[in-house]
Amino acid sequence: MDWLADWLRSLYTNHDINLVHFYDAFERNRFLWGIWFTIKLSVISVVLSIVIGVVGAWSQAAPSRALRAVTQSYIQLFRNTPPLVQMYFFYFALSPMLPRVATSYGTQEPVFGAFTWAIISLSFFAGAFNVEIFRSGIEAVPRTMTEAATALGYKPAQVYRYVVLPLALRICLPSLTNNIVNLVKTTTLASAIAVPEALFVANQIWSDKENVFEMMITLFVFYIALVGVLVWAMRRWEKAMRIPGYGA
Amino acid sequence: MTYKMAIKLLIMAAAATGWLAGVARADTMDDIKKKGTVVIGVKADYPPYGFRDPSGQIVGMEVDLANDVAKRLGVKLQLEPVVASNRMQYVQQGKIDLMIATMNVTEERKKAVGIVEPYYYASGVAILAVKAANIKTGADLKDKPVCAIQGSFYNNDVQKMTGRDLVAFKGVPENEQALLNGQCVGFVYDDTLLIYKKKSDEKWKEYDVVVLDIAPLPWGSAVKPEDKDAAWGKFMSDVVKDWHKQGTLVEAEKKWLGQNTKWLLDQNAAAK
Repeated sequence: MDWLADWLRSLYTNHDINLVHFYDAFERNRFLWGIWFTIKLSVISVVLSIVIGVVGAWSQAAPSRALRAVTQSYIQLFRNTPPLVQMYFFYFALSPMLPRVATSYGTQEPVFGAFTWAIISLSFFAGAFNVEIFRSGIEAVPRTMTEAATALGYKPAQVYRYVVLPLALRICLPSLTNNIVNLVKTTTLASAIAVPEALFVANQIWSDKENVFEMMITLFVFYIALVGVLVWAMRRWEKAMRIPGYGA
Repeated sequence: MTYKMAIKLLIMAAAATGWLAGVARADTMDDIKKKGTVVIGVKADYPPYGFRDPSGQIVGMEVDLANDVAKRLGVKLQLEPVVASNRMQYVQQGKIDLMIATMNVTEERKKAVGIVEPYYYASGVAILAVKAANIKTGADLKDKPVCAIQGSFYNNDVQKMTGRDLVAFKGVPENEQALLNGQCVGFVYDDTLLIYKKKSDEKWKEYDVVVLDIAPLPWGSAVKPEDKDAAWGKFMSDVVKDWHKQGTLVEAEKKWLGQNTKWLLDQNAAAK
């Protein structure tokens, strides 16, 4: 690998192209950590947002009026505020109001750190959209289908589990993919509250090394690859679940 | 047309093209005089060098210097607030003619913009740390969350002390808030500024200023790379020389910081 590092270094001395995050061990390490953080942020908040979406879609149609109201206000609150504002609010305004915990080095720090707040904000933000996406899927299942299932002797819970959910999931997959892709791109906002994800780290590197152009290109390629893999996986899943003759 | 005349014409044409090319290369000094305005980028969140007074006006030591530049040029001054993460781009893109914005001189920056020599100021690096964290030297920062400004030249050195990513924000207020919130143990910044902050604000009573072992670095004003050796860069170089000689900088520092730093006094003595 040394020849590669030397070649990249020569790019800098001879052509002013500074890919320092590939040839310098310190910068490479921090850049890889940044990528790892972005992936962690994405995976955790995608999973949580889907859980929130499923639970929310169920509670939106729950018998309890209070539960329905809570769900509805959650959706309005998180869907109608910018995620960046949410993060700033959580990190700078809400965090100091929460109890503090002692650190190993003798100071007191807020119970939730920047990473936790980013996860909370991202999952709840995307979750609010997922609730609506799942609802649209559930509502799109024809009534005749559930009636037929009931006529075959399925109990309501079984109708939901074996008929409504499988069909609803297939119907809403394309919009779910859209929202998840958006969520992955939104993880960059976490850089505003100093979560050391890819954009934050790239910003640190280009500030030190003045290689804005090179870092921008690297980031661009990284996100195309990351979202590309995600979209490819979702497409495959969609295809695998296709019921011949059902839907478009 | 004779052969000789044709040659003469060709030579004249070539000379004219060369002359035109020389003119076409925009001369910032001329442009400034033609516009009657010099645009200077300064900090707006960095007391006492460049900050907003209660009326919203940008004032400070560097603003005084900017005013002096405009006065020497005999043109109007237009101040443009910049931050550490965009000031280099502003100079490169010609959004500002000159940057006097608390910028430390580094090798990378010398490549990116034309840094005027001699340098006009210098500062060291310190951390405003919560007393409970008991920080005495840089080694005590190991594995602790440390706040810093995005884009500061010393971030790499500090990160090597902490061994973990910094808690870096764009501006000073976010960093102060995070420090007060307990989201980091200290805020790394220029020593002069932290001394000024601790002295001027009660809220830092439970915090100490600890100077870190990072060599004091000079601050440079900057012009576009191609202006450095042109009329504009040479003019600024003479201005800075004069500032050191006349004691303009020493006076301005005394006025805004309340005390003088050793580096500036040394420069003044050497220039005299």
